[in-house]
Amino acid sequence: MAKKDRMSGNEAVAYAIKQINPDVMPVFPITPSTEIPQMVSNYIANGEVDTEFIPVESEHSSMSAAIGAEAAGARTLTATSSAGLALMWEELLLAASNRMPLALALVNRTLSGPININCDHTDSMGARDTGWIQIYAENNQEVYDNFIQAYPIAEHKDVHLPIMICQDGFITSHAVENIELMDDDVVKNFVGEYKPEEFLLNPGKPMSVGPYAISAYAMEARKNQEIALENAADVILNVGKEYEKISGRKYGFFEEYKTKDADYIMLIMGSAAGTAKEAVDELRAQGKKVGVLKLRVFRPFPAKEIAAALSRCKAVAIMDRCESYNGNGGPLGSEVTAALYRNKVMIDAVNYIYGLAGRDFTVENVFDIFAELDDAVTSGTEVEQYQYIGLRK
Amino acid sequence: MRTDVNKISETTPHQELTEGLMMFAAATSKGFKTGEWRTNTPVFLEEKCKQCLLCAPVCPDCSIPVKNGKHEEFDYDHCKGCGICAKVCPFGAIEMKEGR
Ligand code: SF4
Ligand code: SF4
Repeated sequence: MAKKDRMSGNEAVAYAIKQINPDVMPVFPITPSTEIPQMVSNYIANGEVDTEFIPVESEHSSMSAAIGAEAAGARTLTATSSAGLALMWEELLLAASNRMPLALALVNRTLSGPININCDHTDSMGARDTGWIQIYAENNQEVYDNFIQAYPIAEHKDVHLPIMICQDGFITSHAVENIELMDDDVVKNFVGEYKPEEFLLNPGKPMSVGPYAISAYAMEARKNQEIALENAADVILNVGKEYEKISGRKYGFFEEYKTKDADYIMLIMGSAAGTAKEAVDELRAQGKKVGVLKLRVFRPFPAKEIAAALSRCKAVAIMDRCESYNGNGGPLGSEVTAALYRNKVMIDAVNYIYGLAGRDFTVENVFDIFAELDDAVTSGTEVEQYQYIGLRK
Repeated sequence: MRTDVNKISETTPHQELTEGLMMFAAATSKGFKTGEWRTNTPVFLEEKCKQCLLCAPVCPDCSIPVKNGKHEEFDYDHCKGCGICAKVCPFGAIEMKEGR
């Protein structure tokens, strides 16, 4: 029987880890993800799990050790935030190119500077092209559910790629909310035992991982890695369907909230989707046709599906909790508009940067954005295509 | 996924390469003839050699085979021609010549 509880996002992930009981966890603490290894070490100290905990001296080491453990044949995970993820940079690429299905519990926090410890998506967006699967959550329930789905996705034979399960720092990681937890045996059954086909500690079956590749091989290897990431799309959907059977909760590439007849849609990722939905409810009560497309899966990027979901609306607000410093918009702004163009969905698409370094994103911000889209469409008012919302001017 | 590495070559299409280019065999570096990169070559002057064996352990490429306590001919498939052995030899029994 599923049980109702209340927990923070960090607790929820630690609880999922306890239920999965992975083999190895090399980790280095960093705000706001520190509680995850802290709670897991408590579980270990209490004898509730037998995960091998490796306290390392940096995140460069934690990801290196994670790759080594995974290659050896152990189900492995680590956790980090912000500068910790930045320090893992080189190994992130190696984890993916060496096709290691390890999991990373990422608690999103901004990167310096200015030095700040609060939430935005600068850290994971910076790692968007490292070859990892990236899944985002709106709240503690989703990050718990996403973490349980992590290994079945990553370890699938058509995928074999590392997976980043992201939640918003402090907003999700530290705020306590209601949650529905599943029974241990249900989770264990769902995730299953890890039985890699090939691994280093396999007597009589020698192999080497991560060899040097001359130019005659490297390009082919990258193509194969790209195919694996594309394969992850179907696997994510199938795992989501299986998960619905045991949890009753639906998971796809994104959630469409009141978008069916919507003229204006806000495309957003993470905890701020809750704020957007609240605003949509209020606007709907006034008869305004607005909706939210909450993106869950950012890598692989569901370009076609997003374009199809937006094809019926008149304008979309693409929300980036990250600056890209390209002078043309944020990462979602670039990728969503490319998706629309390639699929010939020619709607207005305005890119807003919001919530940087923990700046509040409010229901009023959402009202302003929908009003601006409406103005652009109905009165032809020219709108700045790439702009900051909630900025003091 | 386990594949005979000898079946993989520079003409193998990407679909037939192993995942992450994992190698399913042992001691494969032996078959990788890195000696091709050499621009200088050590020459063994056997008559001057006192078999002190100071050279063998300093070779970074393990290219000085020793059998029954004796320095044998260089492994030119893997020697990079760095010249360390020639520097170390106290008896002038190794000379470096230009080219491969
Ligand atoms: S160091 Fe010189 S003398 Fe000694 S074993 Fe090597 S080649 Fe012979
Ligand atoms: S030249 Fe360098 S690589 Fe070649 S045998 Fe001497 S020490 Fe080894």
